[in-house]
Amino acid sequence: MKILVCISKTPDTTAKIAFTDGAKKFDEAGVQWIINPYDEWYALVRAIELKEKDPSVIIHLLTVGLADAEPIIRKALALGGDEAIRVNADSSDSYYVAAQIAAVANTEKYDLIFTGKETIDYNGASVGGMLAAILDTPYLSLVTSYSIEGNTSTITREIEGGEEVLTVNSTVVVSCQKGVAEQRIPNMRGIMAARTKPLKVLEPSTADTLTSIESFELPAPKAGVKLVSADNVEELVKLLHEEAKAI
Amino acid sequence: MVLVYIDHQDNQIKKSTLEAISYGAAVAAQLGTEVHGLLLGTVTEDISTLGQYNLKNIYQISDASLSNFDAQVFVKTIAAAATKVGATTLVFSHNQTGKALSAGVSALLKAGLVTGAIALPNTSAGFVVKKSVFSGKAFANVSITTAVKIIAISPNSYKVVGGAATTATTTPLEITVTPGQVKITALNKTSGEISLTEADIVVSGGRGLKGPENWGILLDLAKELGAATACSRPVGDAHWRPHHEHVGQTGVQVAPNLYIAIGISGAIQHLAGVNRSKTIVVINKDPEAPFFKAADYGIVGDAFEVVPKLTEAIKKMKASA
Repeated sequence: MKILVCISKTPDTTAKIAFTDGAKKFDEAGVQWIINPYDEWYALVRAIELKEKDPSVIIHLLTVGLADAEPIIRKALALGGDEAIRVNADSSDSYYVAAQIAAVANTEKYDLIFTGKETIDYNGASVGGMLAAILDTPYLSLVTSYSIEGNTSTITREIEGGEEVLTVNSTVVVSCQKGVAEQRIPNMRGIMAARTKPLKVLEPSTADTLTSIESFELPAPKAGVKLVSADNVEELVKLLHEEAKAI
Repeated sequence: MVLVYIDHQDNQIKKSTLEAISYGAAVAAQLGTEVHGLLLGTVTEDISTLGQYNLKNIYQISDASLSNFDAQVFVKTIAAAATKVGATTLVFSHNQTGKALSAGVSALLKAGLVTGAIALPNTSAGFVVKKSVFSGKAFANVSITTAVKIIAISPNSYKVVGGAATTATTTPLEITVTPGQVKITALNKTSGEISLTEADIVVSGGRGLKGPENWGILLDLAKELGAATACSRPVGDAHWRPHHEHVGQTGVQVAPNLYIAIGISGAIQHLAGVNRSKTIVVINKDPEAPFFKAADYGIVGDAFEVVPKLTEAIKKMKASA
């Protein structure tokens, strides 16, 4: 079985969010970059677990990004995976990114494609769905567990007010979230091994971009907290009812 | 034409769909065009009443293959229907279903998509939609550069506007539906629970509650308020509460009218998931808890004393109202 894990580079969860260039660009000064947590903790780790169970599994990691994405893909290789592919292109439009991944998938013929449920920077939650549509394969979003027996994948996905369990026998695109696997820390052996694992750089295929970011904004700061005494909860109820009109 | 995807579950139209219809109607008014709905499958509810949200007509595709949700099948069907009826703008709710569908439809139609939209498009120059980014820490204004546009509106971001004295017509639509490959084998519903992303009020607990056995006071408050319950990441990780209740940057992002945080210190990752809430109340015994900086109202005090008193006070207020 051949698995593709799609990896994105995102700012660390504690990074200061600021913008430059007339609020047109994300300010990268001093920002630590990480593997998008959903891609790393759930998608990648689950793929590694499948390989640990069945050593014949081959895992490819793929990122669409410029050369500055390489430390991230090396870090992913340190956790596991056999080889990595970087499509040398900017990743600001979801459709463009999905089309790049689809072009690679059409050549490599994966049995299973994992993505994270969304990236923590643009929160698009779109690349997996677009990729599945381009490849014309089933798409299982917001997945909380994945297993495979023979050719049959068994998948649990979140729906409103619960979850559903599904089975499918074909190639499938799965967007992973909490529950699929548990976060791992790379060990020294993995870090050493990652140095010699192949990292292929591909030039992008021709694809359209459908959107562009015009500008960013930061939310207006809060006016400041109104403190109410712990002995006077009635006052809080009154404020919530009359002032905030929240209850 | 603006076409709104009518999402339904258990024979009922979802609240997030009413928001999407209201949003679609406003977009249509802005563009000087009509708003129609697209319903896949059947519901028992009388859909003509959706006219009160200014929906003019509903295209319905009632093929037997659409009785179970399958993203691949639904995406192809929606894309074919949108082309057939000549939709220029498609609107989805960015709920669980919208997340499964809007992206695929965007790819098939090569129509630019903005997910997690929080406001009406700015059409003064082009078509620019504001969306939440960096998990709620910022907003981006995204321009859609294609002829057909798709917007997935974030739940709880656009008010339901009803009350129009009109009814919606229904037009059956013939689309060839290809059956899918996914089989549903089980459905586990957490019955009676209020959906976290749709809830008007969310009551959330953190490590300050010390253990799962202490959640009773929080559940009582939530019940009194008709609120959904949530928790911080450490609480989810420790399995004090189910994973799906985890709110924050790597969990669920919510934007209710009222968010009440009990015993949560307010780490930046948690704030990212809740800071679009309209009103935030923080109850914490540590006056230095960073959450107070992001709150509208706060009580410095012991949750075990404050929360039951708060529940009582709300009960009293309701009784006197």
